[in-house]
Amino acid sequence: MDETPISRGFRSRRKQQAPKDRLPPGQYVTTDFPVLSAGPTPQTNHQDWTLALQLGGSLLGKWSWEEFEALPQTTVRRDIHCVTKWSKFDTTWQGVTFDDLLKAAGLAEPPEPYIMAHCDGGYTTNIPVEDLIDGKGMVVTRYEGLPIAPAHGGPARLLVPHLYFWKSAKWVRRLRFMEEDERGFWESLGYHNYGDPWKEQRYDGD
Amino acid sequence: MTEIETLAAPARRLEWQPVEVREIIVETFRVKSLLLHAPRWQGHLPGQHVDIRLTAEDGYQAQRSYSIASPPEDDLLALTVEKVDDGEVSPYLVDDLRAGDRFELRGPIGGYFVWTVATPGPLSLIAGGSGIAPLMAMLRHRARRNVRNPALLLYSSRSLEDVIYREELDAMARGDPHLRVVHTLTRKQPEGWTGHRRRIDRELLAEASFPPEQAPKIFVCGPTSLVEAAASLLVDLGHDPLKIKTERFGPSGWTP
Repeated sequence: MDETPISRGFRSRRKQQAPKDRLPPGQYVTTDFPVLSAGPTPQTNHQDWTLALQLGGSLLGKWSWEEFEALPQTTVRRDIHCVTKWSKFDTTWQGVTFDDLLKAAGLAEPPEPYIMAHCDGGYTTNIPVEDLIDGKGMVVTRYEGLPIAPAHGGPARLLVPHLYFWKSAKWVRRLRFMEEDERGFWESLGYHNYGDPWKEQRYDGD
Repeated sequence: MTEIETLAAPARRLEWQPVEVREIIVETFRVKSLLLHAPRWQGHLPGQHVDIRLTAEDGYQAQRSYSIASPPEDDLLALTVEKVDDGEVSPYLVDDLRAGDRFELRGPIGGYFVWTVATPGPLSLIAGGSGIAPLMAMLRHRARRNVRNPALLLYSSRSLEDVIYREELDAMARGDPHLRVVHTLTRKQPEGWTGHRRRIDRELLAEASFPPEQAPKIFVCGPTSLVEAAASLLVDLGHDPLKIKTERFGPSGWTP
């Protein structure tokens, strides 16, 4: 390896350094909430919205907006980390945990070890079930107490905050159990298959 | 969208590589292009970006992503950087960086917001501000390869002085009857300006894009507000959402 070139005169402009145990490597803290998506923002009305839980060709559960709203609601406060380098601290989300979705579908335990999330607009992302259970993953409908704006993934998005934020897929409509892992949209386009921000798994091979 | 691929063997890691600044081009009052010598560069596709990493004397490091503005045909890699006043990296790149300086980058990154001359059909590009950079890589690539598919750039800037690559775009359009460049200046227009003077709206998009029947490949890049507006208007106009590829930058409230 070459020596890392020093940028003469470059220095941190941050007034306060974020604590190292809170900011993953290569990230910076923003107070804004940037928007990143590969295409136009889908506009889905509540009356047209459903969320499905699927295994192979069969439906394990399906909820209308009203039915989903009637499921046990959980509110969490989490830090989020985008692969494009920004992190945002203390974001508050409300929705239904993956555990409660399984319960609502009458499942004692997850039938397969992987999930593919399918979204309006054709976006997909793959996540190990292990990273969704025990409160680690949710389908959320409110951000800071308000309905999530379409540009930020509303009416409902996935929330898996311990992975890079592209895994928290916007406009989620269907969660499909898979026996074997498959790659989703960004995962097929050079991004890391798992995406742990603490290991800086941004791109394939990281 | 894309075919789901089976899990392949782990790809080679995109390693950090040293680059040297060969030349700095002043594009506008706030924007410069950095022409970089990257001896280990393996090539890229128009539309892709890189991560750059700066290291301070005390070891502090900062990473940011920038689109590549140069076509794959060029020897030097061009990054076009707009200065964000309260930013940490862009003021350094725009104000302090000199030819001969070195830093690190890795890439290319991104395989979706990409166009090459192998893609048939009309090409519709919509840019706001420095969002022109990855689209310029596509136009330069098209020009270097002498490809003459119908192409159209709708480019929104605050004023004429803020138009990046203005002379090059003019020259490109003059030399190519199949390329049309339409400017709109949203804040300030020079005296005698006969062009558009408003933000991109439905009418402007309908006039300065190909009709849905021609199934153009559409790329929109700019601040979030412009991209959100343009992309949903294009869907309203009848374009297939899957043919519209977007790239957004800047804070969510930023407007050109």
